[in-house]
Amino acid sequence: MKRIILEYPQVDLILTRICHQLVEDHGDFSQTAILALQPKGILLGKAIIQKLEMLFGIHATYGELDTTFHRDDFRRSDKLLIPNEVNIDFEIENKRIILVDDVLYTGRSIRAALDAVNDYGRPASIELVTLINRKYKREVPIQPDYIGENIDSRTDDYVKVEWNNNQCKVWIITDNTK
Amino acid sequence: MSQLSSKHLLGISDITEDDINLIFKTAENFKQVINRPIKKVPSLRDTTIANVFFENSTRTKISFELAEKRLSADVVNFSSSNSSVKKGETLIDTVNNILAMKVDMVVMRHPVPGAHQFLSRHIDANIINAGDGTHEHPTQALLDAFSIRESLGDLKDKKIAIIGDILHSRVALSNIYCLQKLGAKVTVCGPPTLLPKYIGSLGVEVSNNLQETLEWCDCANMLRIQLERQEDKYFPSLREYSLQYGVTMPMLQNLKKEIILMHPGPINRGVEITSEVADSDQSIILNQVENGVAIRMAILYLLAGKPNS
Repeated sequence: MKRIILEYPQVDLILTRICHQLVEDHGDFSQTAILALQPKGILLGKAIIQKLEMLFGIHATYGELDTTFHRDDFRRSDKLLIPNEVNIDFEIENKRIILVDDVLYTGRSIRAALDAVNDYGRPASIELVTLINRKYKREVPIQPDYIGENIDSRTDDYVKVEWNNNQCKVWIITDNTK
Repeated sequence: MSQLSSKHLLGISDITEDDINLIFKTAENFKQVINRPIKKVPSLRDTTIANVFFENSTRTKISFELAEKRLSADVVNFSSSNSSVKKGETLIDTVNNILAMKVDMVVMRHPVPGAHQFLSRHIDANIINAGDGTHEHPTQALLDAFSIRESLGDLKDKKIAIIGDILHSRVALSNIYCLQKLGAKVTVCGPPTLLPKYIGSLGVEVSNNLQETLEWCDCANMLRIQLERQEDKYFPSLREYSLQYGVTMPMLQNLKKEIILMHPGPINRGVEITSEVADSDQSIILNQVENGVAIRMAILYLLAGKPNS
């Protein structure tokens, strides 16, 4: 079974709210950089950057981080983990970093991201934005600072975030055979 | 293509164009890694790698060791000059003893062509060929092609000359296989005594004229004169060789286009190329060295991470 749990303009409202929260905490973003996680956090990261510019005229520093080399399932996964591109053309040292990913579930990707960020320097702080916070299956003690939507879902459900021309839909796909 | 087609890297002749492109794509990521403040990733932290060198090596061994350490692997080094091989131990016994110490991957250089194929039939670990006699040196060919691609773009229809001691060179053979798989055109050039008799059957052009070859090519890969493998005299003197087959700056300046120069090292300065050429802007020799680490990291990563490897 497949059902939509979020779609435009709901997602647009959520992004507007998150941007207001970010500006409340980070002011003019002069000491802050947004780091979107490859591969699925990129579109959300870019949408936040656009929104910040549109609403507040803020040109936030933006980069893209890949966590493949820090994942804890290398040699344990049934498929080879292929790395993605990293785009960080600014100093991480002493920056306030905001990690952006679309879905937070087990927390292992974010754990890998925390290690990966430190390879580029020691940031002043690290926070996390997630569009969907799937509760009940956290495997490491990691919580988001800015949440689009909290959802309760079964462990064998799949949450799919679909972007089309900057408009986003979130599906929940349930395997009824189980 | 999401993984390599083989569990070993025995030679370029055994891998596909897709494999080569996957290695290149992954090496680009590792090149980013080795150029950032912390040049190390934890991917192979549960992997032990033995570097087994039955033949002397400086740069290949250092490059592999650096690649292994930057992937956080545990590394053991073995060289035949100070081992039980001197006491008459066989290749399989030596390697099985190393594997009994729970080694996951073996990087091996051996003077006998095909030693790696032989070993791959007898042991479970991933095997990477770091040079087998005058046969293949796959990681050198991959880093050479990767370096050319960085300078000239896609290799399809690019003209690459391999110049010098082709007869004794494992780099030449692996380079020919690799460049052809990527669609490049290859000419080998050298004195007739240093060109294998049937080299033309590999689909390469053969030339004895350095000037014509330089005028034809986009990139010249200058191979080292391997004096240590030459029991007979293949040319009258090093001076005469360098006069006929050594590349000098005036030669490059007189060409109609700017070509790039490579050398797998170690360079005999003043023999294959002059110091002026080696240190010029057209030389990408040091890029080759840097890319060597990235390419070897990619190969180790892809083989170690291959499911059920």
